[in-house]
Amino acid sequence: MSAHGPAHAAQGERPPFLAHHFEDMGVQLETTKLGVWLFLASEVLFFGGLFTAYGVYRANHPELFHYAHFFLDWRLGAANTLVLIGSSLSAAWSVRAAQLGRRRGLEVALLVTIALACVFLVVKYLEYSHKLHAGVGWGASCRPSAEILATLPDAARALPVPAQLGTFFAIYYLMTGLHGIHVLVGIALFGWLVARARQGHFGAGYYGPVDAVALYWHLVDMIWIFLFPLFYLM
Amino acid sequence: MSTAVAAAAAAPAPAVAESYLSHGRGPRSWLLSLDHKRIGVMYLLAIGASLLLGGVFALVLRLNLWRPEGGLVSNDAFNKLFTLHGAVMIFLFVIPGIPAALGNFVLPLQLGAKDLAFPRVNLISFWLYVVGAILFLATLVVGGIDTGWTIYPPYSLESARGLGILFALTALFVVGFSSILTGLNFIATIHRMRPPGMGWFDLPLFLWALYATGLIQVISTPVLGITAAMGFLERIFHLGLFMPEYGGDPVLFQHFFWFYSHPAVYIMILPAMGVVSEVVSVFSRKPIFGYRFIAMSSIAIAVIGFLVWGHHMFVSGQSAAASIVFSGLTFFVAIPSAIKVFNWLATMYRGAIVLATPMVYVLTFFAIFAVGGLTGLFLGALATDVPLHDTYFVVAHFHFVMVGAVMTAFLAGLHYWWPKITGRMYDERLGLWSSALVFVGFHVTFVPQFLAGVAGMPRRYATYAPALVGHNRVSTVGAFVLAAGLCLALFGLLRSLRSGRPAPPNPWGAASLEWAAPSPPPWDNFERTPHAPPGPYDYSGLRHVSDEAGWVRGEVSR
Amino acid sequence: MNDSPVSAVAAVHAAPHVLSVRALLGTAGVLALLTAATVAAAQVDLGRLNIVLALGIASAKATVVALYFMHLRWGSRFHLVVLGGAVIFAVLLAAFVVFDTTEYQGDIRAKAAAAPGAGAGRP
Repeated sequence: MSAHGPAHAAQGERPPFLAHHFEDMGVQLETTKLGVWLFLASEVLFFGGLFTAYGVYRANHPELFHYAHFFLDWRLGAANTLVLIGSSLSAAWSVRAAQLGRRRGLEVALLVTIALACVFLVVKYLEYSHKLHAGVGWGASCRPSAEILATLPDAARALPVPAQLGTFFAIYYLMTGLHGIHVLVGIALFGWLVARARQGHFGAGYYGPVDAVALYWHLVDMIWIFLFPLFYLM
Repeated sequence: MSTAVAAAAAAPAPAVAESYLSHGRGPRSWLLSLDHKRIGVMYLLAIGASLLLGGVFALVLRLNLWRPEGGLVSNDAFNKLFTLHGAVMIFLFVIPGIPAALGNFVLPLQLGAKDLAFPRVNLISFWLYVVGAILFLATLVVGGIDTGWTIYPPYSLESARGLGILFALTALFVVGFSSILTGLNFIATIHRMRPPGMGWFDLPLFLWALYATGLIQVISTPVLGITAAMGFLERIFHLGLFMPEYGGDPVLFQHFFWFYSHPAVYIMILPAMGVVSEVVSVFSRKPIFGYRFIAMSSIAIAVIGFLVWGHHMFVSGQSAAASIVFSGLTFFVAIPSAIKVFNWLATMYRGAIVLATPMVYVLTFFAIFAVGGLTGLFLGALATDVPLHDTYFVVAHFHFVMVGAVMTAFLAGLHYWWPKITGRMYDERLGLWSSALVFVGFHVTFVPQFLAGVAGMPRRYATYAPALVGHNRVSTVGAFVLAAGLCLALFGLLRSLRSGRPAPPNPWGAASLEWAAPSPPPWDNFERTPHAPPGPYDYSGLRHVSDEAGWVRGEVSR
Repeated sequence: MNDSPVSAVAAVHAAPHVLSVRALLGTAGVLALLTAATVAAAQVDLGRLNIVLALGIASAKATVVALYFMHLRWGSRFHLVVLGGAVIFAVLLAAFVVFDTTEYQGDIRAKAAAAPGAGAGRP
């Protein structure tokens, strides 16, 4: 391949989705991926601040965090973890389908990803509404009802309700809520991909947007991979 | 490329083919433009307006400080004014300044590229800036905030403060996002869109500077974003993160805030240093000395800059252990800056120095940056920081580096690239007079503030001990001289738009690629990707034809 | 110039890596297994080690996602640097801040003991 010449085959014919400022599709794809990775780096630091807050409060109130985690149902957390792993699988599969020019496979994979993401949000909604109805809010408004306290394991039930329980739940709602917003955005992005896939935009020569959204989605999965044990298991 | 330029040199100043300025007309072609040059110009206007606004706030503050008992405005209004002065200047002028107003324009041209990697992201970046600016100003409508630009809780998040803090926190989030997107764009462009023949060590140093700046923007700014979000939610929902009355920790806010805001000062200074590298070489007609040292120092400053934020928190309640570590690391961050200064001076040594306006501003930079940087050491050392913290010594230190260094470099770059951006030469005499006024005005304003600080005058006070009236009045006079210098600079630049001499492609005899394009460039910069020049500071192939035709690349037999 | 970006791009674009079905399912399988391991490990009381172990397994899962699903194993090395760098700085932030806050708890307790009842805030 010459150092100067563009990589596209036809003379004077630019591929339809090649932006005017890129030499060829290869440069466009690699540059797009780098752009997405840089954005993901910023997301890592964005959530990093919250993980730091978690670390600070956990380090200084370890017994509080251990007590509070019993309010969370680890089975729902684990199920949601598997749901997201499944959605990462389908997202990665959609990239493969696009690269191989399989339009039907691409559409199916994208729709499966959206479906699993919706399942995740439904489970989260159930968890949130259950807690909020039981008085388990954030900050000063955290006053757990007798019913929910009765569901705690014996070791926890024996202890008095810590005064700062609300701090744990503030961080819980903040982190899982922000994560949930990212899931919602992901659903919208995958929906956009479905619309474009239906119009036949993607194929072996052009699949950058699919790759980009999938990369974003994998990061969302990675963040949950850390949230799950930190809140549900310890 | 050389034949086209040689042909242009033979003829008188050619009728310019359609430039980016006339490609597409009407407000929508500007406001929705994807052209990095138009976006850069829009940023320049917005940033200039912010400088003007922040400057007006500053003059009111200085007038109030004419009398020890104040009285020009109420003490409460004074507090709101210095808060907004800081927020507007930092977030709307100094941080975006050189990258957005100059970098946007110049970066693709220096790479021989047609645009940045992500033009739409660039436009979004600009409009986020505008929205953020409006949000900052909206705080005035709801009664203003009087917390200082650092908005520390618990004070800032108490309900008694009103709603202004919510606008301010949202503004921070929005301009922060704008900054992240710009940094991301710059990194991707420099990394992937270099022309054939331009390896990493063939880049102009301005690009190394913007690259390092981009890294800081992408890594540090998100922490500001999450801090603003947490503060916002804390204020409304009393989460208990920062407010002690709800079980929170206010020092935690300071850690988050300064994890961004310290690297932010390197977002401010690195592009300024990039401009200095360009100008000092061109106007000494000598290749830059120690190119690799300067390039690597940019990266070193970016990395080490992340390790020192606690030096803003020595008296906050931070543990002694952490303070000692941060103080020690702070001394290291001075080293790469010093390396750059020595290399720049070595560049000038035995060079053929041309005292044009950009170079005079750069010389001003050297004088002021040296003092500003050195005074940082007093603040980095634990024992001396304790009495100096929150005094005018700190105020003078950061104005030396933010105004004296960054703003003068901005002016240097603005004058240097003005011919390329506008196609006009500015009036050199007006430029020199404005730089003289800025130099004098700056020192008269801020040197007394160092002395006032050492004498114990606290910052952010509307009134002060009568013994300090001399320091304050001298400083106030200086502020107006500085303002006059800036107004003269603005006048000179604006006047050139009407009556300035048409600019040749390469008026300064520089060697980087932006000077191979016409002044002003056409919409898509270069018809075909040019090959990299022999070196970004290799002037051997360039010769001066005339003032009208500028410098051209002659046939070089090597 | 062999560090010209065009040649680097050409190398990757010439044969863009496609994940095989085996790699896809295998990665998902490993992730599911590690999830089970996380849950199992949490049942055992190891004191302070529990959180270290949990974060360790989570890091392993994240690494697997990054290397395989996100193609880092076959893509440009700079993407790995970008992700790694971001993680390093996030850890730096967390580590320094947790270190400092735990260090000054002693100061807070000392002040609270010296002036009981002064100031608002729960312990």
